[in-house]
Amino acid sequence: MNKMRILLVEDEPNIRRFVRIALEQDGMQVWEAPSLTQARVDTATRQPDLIVVDLGLPDGDGKDLIRDLRGWMPAPILVLSAREQEDEKVAALNAGADDYLVKPFGVPELLARIRALLRRAQRMSGGQTASSQVCFGNVRVDLSTHEVLRSGQAVHLTPIEFRLLSALIRGQGKVLTHRYLLQETWGAAYSDRPHYLRIYMMQLRQKLEDDASQPQHLLTELQVGYRLSGVSVVQDDTREA
Amino acid sequence: MMIEERPDPDALLSVVGEDPHRPRRGLLKIFFGACAGVGKTYAMLKAAHQQHAAGVSVAIGIVETHGRPDTLALTHGLPALERRESCQSGIVTTEFDLDGALRAGYQLLVVDELAHSNAFGSRHAKRWQDVEELLDAGIDVYTALNVQHLDSLNDVVGGIVGVRVRETVPDRLFDQAADVILVDLPPDDLLERLESGKVYLAPSVAQARQHFFRRGNLIALRELALRRMADRVNADVRGYRISHAIRTVWPTRELLMVCVSAHDSQEVLIREGARLAQQWQTAWIVLHVGQPQESEQPQAQEALARLAVSAQHAGAEFAHISGQDRAQAILAYARQRNASKLILGNARRPVAWSFRPGLAERIARTGPEMGLMLLRTDSAHPRRHFWTLNWPKRQGGALVVASAICILTTLVAAQLLSVFDLSNVIMLFLITVVFIALRLGRLAGVWASVLSVAFFDFFFVEPRLSFSVTDTQYVFTFGVMLVVALIIGQLAARLQAEVRIAREGERRASALAQVTRELAGSLTLEQVVAVCKNALEPLFETSMVLLVPDGQQRLVATRPAGYVQLSVAQWVFDHGEQAGHGTQTLNGAAALYLPLKGPMAPRGVLVIQPTQNRSLDAPDQRRLLDACCFTIAQALERIHYVEIAQDTVLRMEGEKMRNTLLSAVSHDLRTPLTAIRGLAETLEHPQGLSEIERCDLARSIRIESDELRRLVANLLDLARMQSEGVQLNKEWHALGDIVGIALARCAAGLQPRTIVTDFPADLPLVEVDAVLLERVVANLLDNAAKYTPADATVTIRGLRSGEAMYLLIADDGPGLPGDDLERLFDVFTRGRKESSVTGVGLGLGLCRTIVAAHGGAISAKPRTPHGVIFEIRLPWRAAPELEQEGKPS
Repeated sequence: MNKMRILLVEDEPNIRRFVRIALEQDGMQVWEAPSLTQARVDTATRQPDLIVVDLGLPDGDGKDLIRDLRGWMPAPILVLSAREQEDEKVAALNAGADDYLVKPFGVPELLARIRALLRRAQRMSGGQTASSQVCFGNVRVDLSTHEVLRSGQAVHLTPIEFRLLSALIRGQGKVLTHRYLLQETWGAAYSDRPHYLRIYMMQLRQKLEDDASQPQHLLTELQVGYRLSGVSVVQDDTREA
Repeated sequence: MMIEERPDPDALLSVVGEDPHRPRRGLLKIFFGACAGVGKTYAMLKAAHQQHAAGVSVAIGIVETHGRPDTLALTHGLPALERRESCQSGIVTTEFDLDGALRAGYQLLVVDELAHSNAFGSRHAKRWQDVEELLDAGIDVYTALNVQHLDSLNDVVGGIVGVRVRETVPDRLFDQAADVILVDLPPDDLLERLESGKVYLAPSVAQARQHFFRRGNLIALRELALRRMADRVNADVRGYRISHAIRTVWPTRELLMVCVSAHDSQEVLIREGARLAQQWQTAWIVLHVGQPQESEQPQAQEALARLAVSAQHAGAEFAHISGQDRAQAILAYARQRNASKLILGNARRPVAWSFRPGLAERIARTGPEMGLMLLRTDSAHPRRHFWTLNWPKRQGGALVVASAICILTTLVAAQLLSVFDLSNVIMLFLITVVFIALRLGRLAGVWASVLSVAFFDFFFVEPRLSFSVTDTQYVFTFGVMLVVALIIGQLAARLQAEVRIAREGERRASALAQVTRELAGSLTLEQVVAVCKNALEPLFETSMVLLVPDGQQRLVATRPAGYVQLSVAQWVFDHGEQAGHGTQTLNGAAALYLPLKGPMAPRGVLVIQPTQNRSLDAPDQRRLLDACCFTIAQALERIHYVEIAQDTVLRMEGEKMRNTLLSAVSHDLRTPLTAIRGLAETLEHPQGLSEIERCDLARSIRIESDELRRLVANLLDLARMQSEGVQLNKEWHALGDIVGIALARCAAGLQPRTIVTDFPADLPLVEVDAVLLERVVANLLDNAAKYTPADATVTIRGLRSGEAMYLLIADDGPGLPGDDLERLFDVFTRGRKESSVTGVGLGLGLCRTIVAAHGGAISAKPRTPHGVIFEIRLPWRAAPELEQEGKPS
């Protein structure tokens, strides 16, 4: 199996070092870029499968790089930032990033996020989205028949609940902003009514999560949006049956 | 015979105090002089003779004539009391017989030489004590006293003349005497009297001249006597004026008053007033008495403004009062200010007015106590001819209206004539005149009077429609009617004018009172600005802007206005003088700039836009404006000091907090840092460490740095909130959602504790800043992780009750120490002192700040049987309605 190629754009050498060690131990190939310029060069030459970007760089803002790369490169981008302000996160996500982590972060979490992003990218490039069935936890969703099963039991979802769930599933583990989810589910006119989202997310959790107050899959990113974690595509209907 | 026993004075006093009908205490009159020989005894005896002549029973108690023939002559004609003989070391002297005097029952006694020491063996050592007893007995006393005998001046006089007298009288007697009469004689006259032997007997003259009666001594003594007298009299006058509300001026300290009218020629008076005031070393006032018609003449207003300026430049106080009767107004003001000398302009008066006494004459008649000085000013005083009088233009309109009313009256009268007698028609005309005079003023009143008589004659008196009169007695009727109409009309017009003046004064007084009241209540600059805008601008009918200095003493306008020139304002502020339009300085500026001088320092500048219709230069307007400026300055000054006080308190609080923070934070930051450093160093040399030990060390480093991260995050949050204030980004959130995030964040620290969450499925959304509230919950959960044992259960509940949403976080740990649960939330208070568990108590302080910013409250309560419950109460309102779900997809 080919090693996954990761470009790490970060100006702080110590952070670069431990991230590189962690990723290499996980069987990935890592290039390091300490600046925006270097990052542009490396992206073009190394063809990374995933880019980890720190927002605060000596020669510019990481968001500019993200916007740049999004124009011509499909590889997922994970943002690392010491900036805790939520609007910064939203801005980075809107610029085209797929996920973000706030410093200080733990190595296990970083690895988990990177793996999730890589899986999603693989699926998308592998054309495996043809399957209409996905599952997360003990929930299985058939996108074509609108059938939702939880531990084999049919769960009734209202049309809006299902639209919301579908939007989350299409995100494939990516953080989706409130605005995006509202537009996808209700339409553009509703993008300033985040409380709709809260209510329906609560309902979804109550129907699909084991413990609605400590959700495992329908995760909240405070002030930013929501994320469906642990989604996987059911490859073959017959195998499952 | 001597009375051996006297009544106890205290007992006597108490009796006197209780008895409402107690006898009148005698009055003491002191004839006060600079030294012997000025004629005190003479004057005293003269006065006694006058009293005697007036029927008072007077007797001479004791008088030393020193062989002066004039004095001796005066002792005749008055009964004299027997003297008491006393024998001292073989010398027989005669003394005043107190008991004899008390027995004799005279109403008034003359007792010379108040300072005299009685011969040994007398009842009192001093004669003044005898006099006091006489006074207590209700007997009036005339006595004489020299200045050197006054207790307080004894030393001074001793120092001047080189002779110390032993006989002294307490100042109390002098000050409490009913009357003190100064007997004064210039030193040269006194010396002349001494030379001619009128003071002492001839042989001792030469000796006296060389010692006591030197000219220098006499001058000094005279000055002392005059000053002491002046002090007493001033005190008297003050007291008397206060207690009796005296209206008449008592000429004490000179105050000069120059009365001017609103004409440029009157500057002569001001110059002369300045000269005289300088010469007399006295304060002076320039007074203008305004009359109602003047306030409508622009020339008069301008002249008045110029007069006010030149008066102030000449060092006078300028006062402007209003009054119909100038003489009365001037006198009233002079009495109020205690001015005794008046300077008046003596202008040539039209011959026609000579039947009426002039202003000076009227003042002299009603205020004879005033010193009057008439100065020639006539050169420039315009001759006032009736037809050239500068009547306001609207008088023309008034005359037309008056004519119309008269015609109307005539028509009505013509109708009434069928019912009423002709004499009643006269009444109708009279009331018309009164009405016109009241409404339309003096001139219209006069015009209406004449017109009424003419109409009456023309239309109602036979032969009708002709001015000729058949019955000659109607001529008398016309005369009386005209006179009565004129008088009534004038009275009515005058009444109206006075009412207007009074109203104007009242308006100003109440406006100022209102401004003052509002400013007194102002605690912020904004309030003062609002008062300027809402109260002052309508009052002066113009626009004005308040400029206040910033930290660098540069002026800043409180609101934008086109007419403000900051450079001019700055000059005014720096120099504390007015400038701009209508002043002597920078008068090219478009607006008037007035400095706001507070009691301590300049506080700002008031910029006033001049208007066409009301002159701000008018003295009464300016006085009002000045008063307002001063009140504003005071208000600004008060605000300034309030701010300083608040700043100081804040700085002190901040300082205290910074110190606490530094000490607490440095402890809590160093602890994990020390641990991390030590653990890392140990890992640096891993020889001899087992794999498990190395993992353990690394995990410890991670845990310590997590702790550090939490601390830094809290510290940053708190710093941000304290510097920027809490910026809430409120949205509708599910409480359970937020708690879920916090639980996920704290999951590692909370393990292996049991976590129970209880959020009803129908719990409504609440409008909060989710990020901040998550910090609150995370902090509380961190606390639970730190302070509860590993087997504890943490319960998190959300519930709504009425208008409040509650979030309860309870544990069954050991609970909180102490009973001061409220103090727990004070920043940097920690439940347990110096424990190994770090955390400063920043966390709870942060929690309270955040919850309070939401308008909620956080509290901690002990839980039974043990443990603690943190209760967060957040205000709740219903979330906006959701649209019902539409058709299925």
